[in-house]
Amino acid sequence: MGKIVRKTNSSTGGPVFVDVDVDENKIVRVYPMDLADDDPASWVVEARGRQFSPPRKTTYTAYTAGYKAMVHSKRRLLYPLKRIGFDPNGERNELKRGEPAAGGDPNYPGYERISWDEALDIVSSEMIRIKREFGPGAIVAEPSSHHLWGNVGYRHSTLFRFMNFAGITYADHNPDSWEGWHWGAIHSWGFTGGLGNPEQWDLFEDTMKNSTMIVFWSSDPETNAGIYSAYESTVRRRWMKELGIKMVFIDPYFNHSAVLYSDKWFSPRIGTDAALAAAIIHVWLTEGLYDKEYVAERVFGFDEFKAYILGEEDGEPKTPEWGENETGIPAHDIRALAREWAKNKTQLAAGGLGGWGGACRGPSGMEWTRMMVALAALQGLGKPGINMYSTTQGSPTDYDFYFPGYAEGGISGDCDNSAAGLELVYRMFGGEGSRPSPSNLNVSAGQFIPRLRIPETFLEGSIEWRGKGFVGASIEQQFMKYKYPADGFPKIQMLYKYGGPHIGTMGDTNRYALQYRTKELPIAVFQAIWFEGETPFGDIILPACTNFERWDISEFANCAGYIPGSFTQSNHRLITLQQKCIEPLGESKSDYEIFRLLSQRLGIEGPFTEGKDELGWVKQLFDATDLPKITTWDRFLEKGYAVVPDNKIRPRNVAFRWFAEGRAIDTPKPGRFRPGDQVRQSGMQTQSGKIELLSQSLQRFEKSIGEKDETRPPLTQYIRPWQGYHYEDKGKYPLAVLSPHPRFSFHTMGDGKDAFMNDIKDHRVRVDGHDYWIIRINTQDAAERGIKEGDLVRAFNDRGDVILAAQITERVPPGTCHSYESSAEYQPLGTPGASPDRGGCINILSTKKFIGKHTSGMATEHFLVQVEKWEGGKH
Amino acid sequence: MTQQRYMVIDVSLCHDCNNCFIACKDEHVMNKWLPYADEQPRHGHRWMNIQRKERGQYPRIDCAFLPMPCQHCENAPCVKDFPDCVVKRDDGVVLIDPVKSKGNKAIVDSCPHGAIYWNDEEEIPQKCTFCAHLLDDGWSVPRCAHSCPTGAIRFYTLEKDAFDSLKAEQKLEAYRDETGRSPHVYYKNLYRYEKSFIAGGLLKGGDCAEGVKVSLKGDAAAPEQTTNFFGDFKFDALEPGTYTIVADGKDVKTVTIDASLNVGSIEI
Repeated sequence: MGKIVRKTNSSTGGPVFVDVDVDENKIVRVYPMDLADDDPASWVVEARGRQFSPPRKTTYTAYTAGYKAMVHSKRRLLYPLKRIGFDPNGERNELKRGEPAAGGDPNYPGYERISWDEALDIVSSEMIRIKREFGPGAIVAEPSSHHLWGNVGYRHSTLFRFMNFAGITYADHNPDSWEGWHWGAIHSWGFTGGLGNPEQWDLFEDTMKNSTMIVFWSSDPETNAGIYSAYESTVRRRWMKELGIKMVFIDPYFNHSAVLYSDKWFSPRIGTDAALAAAIIHVWLTEGLYDKEYVAERVFGFDEFKAYILGEEDGEPKTPEWGENETGIPAHDIRALAREWAKNKTQLAAGGLGGWGGACRGPSGMEWTRMMVALAALQGLGKPGINMYSTTQGSPTDYDFYFPGYAEGGISGDCDNSAAGLELVYRMFGGEGSRPSPSNLNVSAGQFIPRLRIPETFLEGSIEWRGKGFVGASIEQQFMKYKYPADGFPKIQMLYKYGGPHIGTMGDTNRYALQYRTKELPIAVFQAIWFEGETPFGDIILPACTNFERWDISEFANCAGYIPGSFTQSNHRLITLQQKCIEPLGESKSDYEIFRLLSQRLGIEGPFTEGKDELGWVKQLFDATDLPKITTWDRFLEKGYAVVPDNKIRPRNVAFRWFAEGRAIDTPKPGRFRPGDQVRQSGMQTQSGKIELLSQSLQRFEKSIGEKDETRPPLTQYIRPWQGYHYEDKGKYPLAVLSPHPRFSFHTMGDGKDAFMNDIKDHRVRVDGHDYWIIRINTQDAAERGIKEGDLVRAFNDRGDVILAAQITERVPPGTCHSYESSAEYQPLGTPGASPDRGGCINILSTKKFIGKHTSGMATEHFLVQVEKWEGGKH
Repeated sequence: MTQQRYMVIDVSLCHDCNNCFIACKDEHVMNKWLPYADEQPRHGHRWMNIQRKERGQYPRIDCAFLPMPCQHCENAPCVKDFPDCVVKRDDGVVLIDPVKSKGNKAIVDSCPHGAIYWNDEEEIPQKCTFCAHLLDDGWSVPRCAHSCPTGAIRFYTLEKDAFDSLKAEQKLEAYRDETGRSPHVYYKNLYRYEKSFIAGGLLKGGDCAEGVKVSLKGDAAAPEQTTNFFGDFKFDALEPGTYTIVADGKDVKTVTIDASLNVGSIEI
């Protein structure tokens, strides 16, 4: 072992110290950060006669703990590759993509090693050729979410700066983890600045002081870590438990937070959550257990909603007995829950972050979120201790200190496609010395495609959809209609895939293999770190390095943008210099460097780099924040991190208190309504300014298109799920699979890659030397099928087949299975896109259908399958 | 006497996050800490082996996890049987000498907990070292304890007497130590993994019966409890046997259990 030096870095799973063997260019260990004695003091909250202050240490998740094994992995791409059979000047053999030709590189079957010069020359000359032959808008970049961490290196930053200057358009991300809140709850209360998610400011202290019960509904903070915040909120939930706050969990799966905290667990039949809510509300309405004054003043459409719940319109009162029939939860339990809820000061933890994740990503996501808003409204949302709070945000740190999240665009300053326009772009770019990079293609008047329809772009040649990207500028923006090809634009000729796989994360994902096996896609370029997922479909592969091999800067759990105040998940605002811990392995390069080299060949190096390297941009970003108020650049470089001091004098304006008290909104700016969103600067963002259980924006939409939208009616209500227990195909596919965000990996980060995580018993199971993805199945369902613990099974429906390892459990009821989304591995046993996958891409079985007829949101959180024992190729 | 190293694991605080398991791999895979330990193989070893236990039947279940490192026993069979290869240090840490133990696969079988693993490539037995190389370098805790987000894994450096008081005070137990191996790893709330419960819910007139006094009699008595707002009760830390549930002074159900049981809803 050589000389060991301590560095700092960060990831979606928390900031870390990194001990590096500088002589051997090797990471020795990665570990949580103990704060130093001279770091600022931590906050203290007083509640019920006790004082609470957080541990002086950061937390991290398993995937971050094991990052070393992802950096030093035999699955790393260490030099540029060209697919055997791909000749840019001759036969391209597009139909052979995904089927490795013989005689290639032993480490990367089907590929031959080429030099960086050759790789960059092919890619840049193809870009120039395509622009000259076809015109603008024929090259599309397709990045994954959560690829690497850092404000400079994130896709909104370095990629957008290159993309916009190079004239490349974009495969827009849908609001993938907000979905139901975005397409549904936005029509109840607005909050477009959070894509329909509720604000969470200062709700930790409010809960500690005032609440007596929390209902976690499709909420598993111990699994999803809010988002990016590791186990920062774990200690805070433990304090709540110590104060005697009752905790009830509603989730088809007995989730990991329930393991630690649940006083009671309910597992509604998948997709019927909104029915359970309706039955609870029936008890409240018939027994007078709701806040009548609040409802009279602050809720719009209550009479119509009440008529629906009482069955005055459809003749079907939504009684607890009706609820039992829909959800499988006994009527007496529904009544007890409803009464106890109303008796207590109850926080509704709907989703894992204050909205977000879980049931909102399912086919019934819109009804669920709107019903969650109704539950909160009827109990007096915003009054002390009564709110919509998931326990992950709202930590009482300094909300006034400015440091951006990755969604604020970093070095791109792209105000159309990131949150740069909120604040960062004005702080970052003077205009004279340094300029942002707006897009001329990825704007509503340009050409672009939705990520969920990339396969159709090539396989069908034309698509139509509503809503561009994250569509958070207004409530109505999601109604706008788009088409590909856009008028005056050519068809796409090059796919530039950047980052992690999609085949494990989107819907009905055999499509994402088939999209490559067509002559309609003349060239697929991959800029990737690992040989995994669909990378082996690329024609040219450019090896990128991890963020442990380059410079960057970031704050713990801070993405900002559509998760306003996301930094309030952490117990300390901790900003890390992401040091270049080791030199890039092999011939891999940072994304910035790869784009710089392409920029040279495209004649745009000057505007792209402005003469700066990555550390130069890190310094420019440092100066654009409030960091210089608490440290100097030299001190920051030396120490590697800075902790923002506690701010005792900032106002504690609790989320929604202003609304409950009929005042002007006074919570912190990010995520707030903009002046034009409200009428006379009062109330919610809705037309009435109230919480709309009868949505006027949806009424307007129906009027404008001249038809009813039965998938999203203006009145908040339960709709029987089209992918759940009452689904018509249930006979053929009798098991409903819940497929939430994964526990150990972060999407595909951490999984596969020959990393440590594959050894976690609850992540993958090794059978005959192969690590299989897990499906959890109830004891009774398993017995009926002759399936035992650890057996290999085939889960299938009309969309495909996936080979998985069975875990037999009582953590799901009969009829329900559980298997996380996001396998990084795709390993078809036969023809790609048309044979069983033993990599574990359960998303092959999920739907591509949008969450609502007039939306472009995914609905992959649950789906129906049959499961049988897998005997290995005999089916 | 030299201060001793002890690990205390609270089963009720572990929710299988696997930080300890991965931190252990991070420390020992790709790193040689000679003479303490050779490199751990990239895959296969579980120096911190997290075992899962589900109790009960849907919907009244719970779940416990038992992180299981080498127990660093006072009277360790591996030390006793292979004194040339395995040593117990003055601070209680048991270490297998990676040089002297080469080729000696019998050491693996000497551990009643299966906590010793065979390294095929190096042909050596390997196990948890309490990260002794770090403790000797000034770290106060091993990597597993340092990475634990719930405080389930705690590490102490104490005189034996002081630890004995802690043990009594916190009701710590050794895991399956019938033969007096006297480990340096102790567990809190071990019943969550080792014992059984009887749980159910009471109904009165079709509604959940809150506030009913319930007790248990039979092979063992349990203190009286009051049903919660769902009418639920749960008697825990039970041995296999026959028990009668008594509600409001009346016998309502008798069950014989060899594992945890959800008796369902009972109308009283």
